[in-house]
Amino acid sequence: MSVAGINVLVEETRAIQAGGKPPLLAVRDVSTYYGSVAALRGVDLDVADGEIVTLIGANGAGKSTLMMTIFGSPQARSGTITYDGRDITRLPTHAIARLGIAQSPEGRRVFPRMSVYENLQMGAALHDGRFFAEDLEKVCALFPRVKERLNQRAGTMSGGEQQMLAIARALMSRPRLLLLDEPSLGLAPLVVKGIFDAIRELNRTDGMTIFLVEQNAYHALKLAHRGYVLVNGRVTMSGTGRALLDDPNVKAAYLEGGHAGPVGA
Amino acid sequence: MDVFVQQLINGLTLGSIYGLIAIGYTMVFGIIGMVNFAHGDVFMVSCFIALITFLILTAWLGVSSIALAFLVVLVVAMALTALWGWAIERVAYRPLRGSFRLAPLISAIGVSIFLSNFVQVVQGARNKPTPPMLSGGITLFERDGYAVFLAWKQVLIMAVTAVLLTGFWYLVQRTPFGRAQRACEQDRKMAALLGIDVDRTISLTFVLGAALAAVAGVLYLMYYGVVSFSDGFVPGVKAFTAAVLGGIGSLPGAVLGGLIIGLIETFWSAYFSIEYKDVAAFSILAIVLIFMPSGILGRPEVEKV
Repeated sequence: MSVAGINVLVEETRAIQAGGKPPLLAVRDVSTYYGSVAALRGVDLDVADGEIVTLIGANGAGKSTLMMTIFGSPQARSGTITYDGRDITRLPTHAIARLGIAQSPEGRRVFPRMSVYENLQMGAALHDGRFFAEDLEKVCALFPRVKERLNQRAGTMSGGEQQMLAIARALMSRPRLLLLDEPSLGLAPLVVKGIFDAIRELNRTDGMTIFLVEQNAYHALKLAHRGYVLVNGRVTMSGTGRALLDDPNVKAAYLEGGHAGPVGA
Repeated sequence: MDVFVQQLINGLTLGSIYGLIAIGYTMVFGIIGMVNFAHGDVFMVSCFIALITFLILTAWLGVSSIALAFLVVLVVAMALTALWGWAIERVAYRPLRGSFRLAPLISAIGVSIFLSNFVQVVQGARNKPTPPMLSGGITLFERDGYAVFLAWKQVLIMAVTAVLLTGFWYLVQRTPFGRAQRACEQDRKMAALLGIDVDRTISLTFVLGAALAAVAGVLYLMYYGVVSFSDGFVPGVKAFTAAVLGGIGSLPGAVLGGLIIGLIETFWSAYFSIEYKDVAAFSILAIVLIFMPSGILGRPEVEKV
């Protein structure tokens, strides 16, 4: 059997593991470097169509690097990333965005000197405003705070409001795959609950596929169909959200000791 | 009073030309944080393109309508100069993006030297005169034998500047392209994440800046009727000064700065001494920047993060 044949076999096995369907996003043996420093070392990961997948890991494990590597910024030094059957590893960032992937990135990155409304317009930029009115109504229903502040300069909003705006902006591009980098960072518990409810809702009613990076491991794993654990640029564990929640190692490393654990939740 | 009004007209005319060039500096600085030192020479190149086009039209093709000739010259100069702007960005700046900050600056100075020497070689070092394109005007009022004269070409220069500033302001503030441009200014990586082709947006910014410099070039040629290969330097530095004075990154600031520099220069020449007009202009710049470091309409960098 040829090498290509073996690869196909490996793909199929993985597809079966991921629940029968071929994955919408497949990360294969991806390594990313900053200069000579490795941030990701041979990461393998799948996100199937319609899934919520959570990636947990400590600060500096490489979670955000993986999110940005999927978008080709920085590009993976080795390995491949395929989206919907297409190799996107070497595509420029904007071309990847146009395939229907959106990201609410680390640090929110709202455009500070634009109004909230303009930020949302930027989110819809790749559709030339075709669905703008309809989608604006949708994200305003999801995040009423954003609606109240449409004319405010984004840079003057609080961190939590900027977070909601960053997610709303990502939604404006009507993504098939949504990448969320720490959507709960810096938010009050009640707002966190609101955001996680919104994510579940988007997945359930719109069938949106969601890939989530979180430090808030308890909520994120509870929400997810499946999860991965990233340690020092390597995936060390994967499984259903439930299985990871019950895993003693995960519990010890990410759930107990002051993290947003099950206490009072 | 009559001298004053006359100098006011002259100063606003000169300032309008500076303002048009300054918009190119300010837009490029806004989007990639780089001072495009070749911009003054791009302006000079556009003067030559305009001159050659005008001579071809009138001497070879026998076009006699001034309005038609002017329009054709304008369109040709804008198109060819925009091509220069595009090519310069492609060849001299884009490969250096992501390099250390001074690299594109040095490259820009290189382009500037190249352009002025190129024009000197192919066009000669002497001043090139043109026949007057647009003459005449009206005498506003006359007192004690001193007539305050408003030339049609001055009216044209001020009107074109006003129209273009309004048009560009609209473009940047209200259109999807302008929004993409501002997004690239504020966070290039995020703009790319939203599907904006950042390289293309930067290219277009250079193209637009060069096209505006070409408008300034055509007007400059029409106003002074003479151009030489070294004419990129001084107007270029003045326009850059105007952009800084008005608040670099701000379009209305660029034109406001241009008008102020033009007025200072003209009034200083009229009332004090013409030799020291540049000293006056740059001194005012220094004083303004001491008290308003981000320029008159520039925004101070305070942001909540």
